[in-house]
Amino acid sequence: MKKLLALVLVLVMALGAVRAQSGQLEIFSWWAGDEGPALEALIALYKAANPGVEVINATVTGGSGVNARAVLKTRMLGGTPPDSFQVHAGEELTGTWVVAGRMEDLTFLYEREGWFDAFPKDLIDLLTYDGGIYSVPVNIHRSNVMWYNPAKVAEWGIEVPATWDDFLAICPTIQAAGVTPLVVGEAWTVNHLFESVALGVLGAEGWNGIWTGAVDPAGAEMVAVFEKFGEILACSNIKEDAAGLSWQQAIDKVVNGTAAFNIMGDWAAGYMVTTLGLTPGEGFGYAPAPDTSGVFMWLSDSFGLPTGVANRDNTVAWLALLGSLEGQNAFNPLKGSIPARVDAVDAAPDLYNDYLKSAAADWASNTLVGSLVHGTAANERFMGDFNQVMEIFLASGNANAAATAMSVICVQSGACGG
Amino acid sequence: MRSPRDRMLAFWMLMPSVLMIAIFVYFFIFRAVQTSLTDWGASGAPPPLIPNVEKKFVGGQMYEALFTDLLDFPFRNAMTNTFFFTVFFVGGCLLFGLLLALLLDQNVKGEGLFRTVFLFPMSLSFVVTGTIWRWMLQPGGGINILPQTLFGAEPLTFRWMNSRDVILPFEWANVPNYLTLIGFAIVAFYAANLFMKGRMRAAQYGIAAAVVMLAVVLSGVWQYIWPPLDNPAMEPSIAPKGFNLALVGIIIAAVWQMSGYTMAMFMAGIRGIPDELREAARVDGCSEIGIYRYIILPQLNPIMLSAMIVLGHISLKIFDLVFAMAGPDNAQTIVPGIMVYTKGFRENQFAKASAIAVIMLVTVGVIIVPYLWSQLRTTKR
Repeated sequence: MKKLLALVLVLVMALGAVRAQSGQLEIFSWWAGDEGPALEALIALYKAANPGVEVINATVTGGSGVNARAVLKTRMLGGTPPDSFQVHAGEELTGTWVVAGRMEDLTFLYEREGWFDAFPKDLIDLLTYDGGIYSVPVNIHRSNVMWYNPAKVAEWGIEVPATWDDFLAICPTIQAAGVTPLVVGEAWTVNHLFESVALGVLGAEGWNGIWTGAVDPAGAEMVAVFEKFGEILACSNIKEDAAGLSWQQAIDKVVNGTAAFNIMGDWAAGYMVTTLGLTPGEGFGYAPAPDTSGVFMWLSDSFGLPTGVANRDNTVAWLALLGSLEGQNAFNPLKGSIPARVDAVDAAPDLYNDYLKSAAADWASNTLVGSLVHGTAANERFMGDFNQVMEIFLASGNANAAATAMSVICVQSGACGG
Repeated sequence: MRSPRDRMLAFWMLMPSVLMIAIFVYFFIFRAVQTSLTDWGASGAPPPLIPNVEKKFVGGQMYEALFTDLLDFPFRNAMTNTFFFTVFFVGGCLLFGLLLALLLDQNVKGEGLFRTVFLFPMSLSFVVTGTIWRWMLQPGGGINILPQTLFGAEPLTFRWMNSRDVILPFEWANVPNYLTLIGFAIVAFYAANLFMKGRMRAAQYGIAAAVVMLAVVLSGVWQYIWPPLDNPAMEPSIAPKGFNLALVGIIIAAVWQMSGYTMAMFMAGIRGIPDELREAARVDGCSEIGIYRYIILPQLNPIMLSAMIVLGHISLKIFDLVFAMAGPDNAQTIVPGIMVYTKGFRENQFAKASAIAVIMLVTVGVIIVPYLWSQLRTTKR
């Protein structure tokens, strides 16, 4: 009886809480810890502009949103969506929430704010589904960056490889010096390396072809990708301590010279600048991943407007802030990412370090392609099942088997065109 | 005789729990089974998270895929891992728990202190344990460099969390035969025991059951029931079945955490044995070792069984320890609990996730139900 009473009481209180929400805005994200201050800066801006609104900052920790996405699902399915939630722009949003009809079209906001000119067309194309645009990108990260330690590279007498063949050629030299040529970490960082290798081997058009159906995932091109990937992994620490390393620890190895190169997204620059206190270009060097010069493989954190939220007007104001010059320049220098707007860095160049300036220049000029591992190019089902493809390849070393498995998950997930 | 008033009171007192258990346990079990028989999330179309999504009934398709589909090899590895994890975790806890309990039984000084120290790990959550042991078992640090730090010897290079070395290999197709043989061994052992004790009637049933099991294995009837793999040639090369050495670290951590608890159970059992029994044995000229062998250990049998059940259901459902130690994406240490989470909440394959959950429920049931049944029967008698 007591339990029942308690339950009824909790329910009544919960209902009351929902009712009283009119002057609130709940922001759901996985930006805690290092990334917290960047979000706080945005919230401060929002509060200054909308003093009457109480902002609820709901964060669920866990890198790349691994835990937040699960919590979000229970809330969306339970009919209590947060007013706005963080999601990787692209298929992670479209393939899960937009196709399910749970997001509102934001084209009106894009028109009102003039964002069609502010964001690159390639980006807007990837945000568009069935004629509608469903999220506002706050920041851009680049996936295909190779990091190294310039002093060590000079000491070993090697050139920074521009192609994977160059890399494979210098691999024995680096190994002879007792250094790991390429460092990888836990499972997802191996997938992360894979997307850069695949982009290098297939080129931008070929990479996009996987997702449009123009490239056969079981065909000779994909087999070649896996074969090259196998050769590259043979120059890595995958058979040694890889699985125990976080991406930060992998970067540490590059910084302290026990490994030569690492392919990681450019949040690594934020880590090296902020946490390790290094200067871009001196303490660490960067280059596009081999064979991917001129191509920018991007991923983006974005926010959308779920249907049926409690505080729609507050949310629209929030989204407008996210896409504004002011909002993007408040957030990105702290997050260590570049603004999605092409005009933002020029408006306030002092806020950005050398790495971010070079990335912003590439963002404005390069061919843009979406990342697989970080939710831009493929839906969640494909991303999950891709772990099995990778495991098949890592366990058997069989490029044909991996490519075949990839074609199977392509069909099952519906991620590859059609 | 209870008065009607008492009965009414009892009814109303029990009602809320009964109602809630009915809804939150049994109704949801029913829903999980129901969901597992649909195609919810099996393909991208219709989108699995659409409001009022249509869930088509497809019967045992999800189960069949789990047991045969090449791409579902993680499930089969997860079941294999669970088996070995359970065997070594339960065995390890019983061994160390008993050892510690027997040592503490020697009237050592500061017994209370030791008891507390041994029990401490249990007060931690599996997540804390997992994180600590994850650090200690880093391939390039912790235990691996211990010999170097202590004696300047070569550091170990064992890959605790992601070793691909598999010992005790077996073929997936032979699994039901092995399981039947294990069942045969257990039943035969009990039957022999009953026979020795002269309980002929019960022994006859046991022998009959054992003979049936042996006949099942010898006749090869399983190969008509057990679904064959879609790609039996490929499976061993991508996902060999056997005891994966990457589990060793997790087993160590789990045993470290739970053997103190097992010790406490055994201690309680030992303390419950009246001193008169020991004294009588001594008077009859029994040695100290003999006392343990013939007096103490046989008395601990029910405790041992209870401990096995408690530990067994923990290990079958293990999630947090593996999640904290190896992460959800580490193929070598995958367990069914983690698969439910990733399949359901990451990949939106809700039907398949439910199917795995139902299979987990059945495996736990296989252990718990006979135990509860025998317990209820004993209390009735």
